[in-house]
Parts: sequence; structure tokens; C-alpha cells
Amino acid sequence: MPEIPVIRNIMSINDALAAAVRRQLDAAGVLALNIMASPGAGKTSVIMRTVETLKSEMTIAALDGDIATVDVEKIARTGIRVALINTGGNCHLDANMMTSALSSLDLTGVDLLLVENVGNLICPAAFELGTHYNVVIASVPEGDDKPYKYPAMYRGADVLLLNKIDMLPYQEFDLAYFRHGVEVLNPGLAFLPLSARTGEGFDAWLDWVRAAVARQRASIAPSGKPGVSQA
Amino acid sequence: MHELGITQNLLNLAVQYAEPAGARRITALHLVIGELSSVVDDSVRFYWEFLSQGTIAQGAALHFERIPATFECRDCGAVFPRNANFMCPACRSDRVQVKQGEEFYLKSIEVEE
Ligand SMILES: [Zn+2]
Repeated sequence: MPEIPVIRNIMSINDALAAAVRRQLDAAGVLALNIMASPGAGKTSVIMRTVETLKSEMTIAALDGDIATVDVEKIARTGIRVALINTGGNCHLDANMMTSALSSLDLTGVDLLLVENVGNLICPAAFELGTHYNVVIASVPEGDDKPYKYPAMYRGADVLLLNKIDMLPYQEFDLAYFRHGVEVLNPGLAFLPLSARTGEGFDAWLDWVRAAVARQRASIAPSGKPGVSQA
Repeated sequence: MHELGITQNLLNLAVQYAEPAGARRITALHLVIGELSSVVDDSVRFYWEFLSQGTIAQGAALHFERIPATFECRDCGAVFPRNANFMCPACRSDRVQVKQGEEFYLKSIEVEE
């Protein structure tokens, strides 16, 4: 029986679709962030506070991967363009869902696209969406052992937010242990502790977003060559 | 549960390679999967039964080559399996890095022509 060598990443078909999504975003001059976290880590509150602060400086849109419309309605009240990606109960977004969701969202003039992935720490890590950066949100009440339990999510992150740091005095959370796990899995990963509730640490995150948007703009404007390089 | 999407990608990939080779049927797939990839073999098998029906890969056997996660100490060079605190068991250094365990690819397929 003949054997045909393949040796290709199992996700290569999803990844090809993701590359097409990336080209579409680049052509539209949009910087897109894939925001991942476990349920309750504060994805929606981080997005809300980010939008409320930055919407006077730039045009923001959002895609929300969910089975319910609660979060979408919340985000819509901020006045930005938002569309629901109906995942049909799926545990993650994939590049194919991104392709169809983008067709229902007007990207004209949009600088920043926030994609809220489905809440869990395993499944979304396997699927590239075509977004420029993977943002992982951990939170203090979840505990300090998450990097040790869900290594794939932390390996694939481009920036890590630790939310709810206002709860540090009331929780057993060993920051050094948490950081050690992260550093082993993803050396030099940008790490931003913050609280979406009190706003503590939030400026560093907003500056990170502003810089990423500025890089995307710069990559398109002068040379006419779209595309940011991803570290 | 993300194994459904993964299995669909796997099936499409296998067919993409089998068809140009003139294969009539795919009889087996050889997968290499690292421990850090968080994939449950049984779950892939379950979806495979369902998704491969009516395709040239129907009934194909799935062979999983599992690669354990290992870490390497940057101080003493020890290589050790994943542990609870990501520390070197030999010299107790915390300067360790991932060595293997992220493999996630289709190595080959067996076909009937
Ligand atoms: Zn050592």
C-alpha cells in the first residue's frame, strides 16, 4: 500500500484562510486583536474600558464570538460598530468564521478591530484567525497556576494582561510563580498587570494598543505596502 | 471539543494530498502530536468516524505518535519531563525552556491507488 509523505501542520488549511483574512485586514488598514481568556476573566470589561477610552482617538470596531447576544449588546452601547460571530455553540473562533463575519462588518475607516474569542483556555489556542496579535487575559481570581495548566494558550500569546489586580490583597496569588510559568513558556512576553474595574495599570495597555495601531498605519501609509510583521 | 474543527482540517488536508496522487482510497493517517498541543486522541477518533463518512478517507485508521512535553535547563543542560513548577529537578534552576511537545502535523497517509 503506497505511503504518501505529507508533513504539514494539521491546521494548515485554517492557517491559509487566516492568511487571507490578514491580507484583507491589511488592505483595509485595520489592526486586529484576538482577545482570549477563560470565562469571567474580564474580556468584555477590558474591551469596554478600552473602547470608552480610545474611541475619541481612533475608529474602533468589534467582533464578538458568542452564543448569546448579551456582550454584543453591551459593546454596542459604546457606539462602535459591532457584529456577532455566531459560533453555534462552538468552543472557539476559526479563520472561516472570521471570513464570513468580516463580510458583515463595514471596515471603512476602522483603525482597530477587537475580536472577542469564545471564553476558554484550550480551544482558541489551536486556531489562527488572521488577526495581528493574540491578547491573552488572565485574572487574579483564576489562580496563579494557569500557565502550568494551559501551556498552549500562553505559548501563542503576543501580550498578556493580568486583570483584576485590585483583588491581589484578598487572594492567594503568587505573582512570581505565575510569571515564572509564563516566562518559561514565552520568554520576554509583554506582561501588563491591570484592573479594568479601577483602571490601575490600564494606561500601559492603552499605550500598547496605540503603538500597535500606529505601527499598522505606518506600514501602510508611506510605502503603500500593507502588512505588519509579527514577532 | 475543538477536536471537531481540528479533525475537519485533518480530513481536508489528507484529501488534498491523496487526490493529486490518484488515490482511490485513504486507508491510514499518521499523525505526530505533542503533549503541549492539547488534543484528545479519542475525541479526534470520534469525530473522524463521523466526518470521514462518504469521503475517500472513510474507515481510514488513525495512528497517533505522541511526543511528550520536555523541558531543558539552561544552567545544567538537564532535559526533563513537564513538572508542576517548571523547575529543573537536577539543579533547581528556574532558567528552563520548552524543548519539545508542540508537534502537530500529519506525517503521511497510506492510500490505495
Ligand atoms: Zn538544571
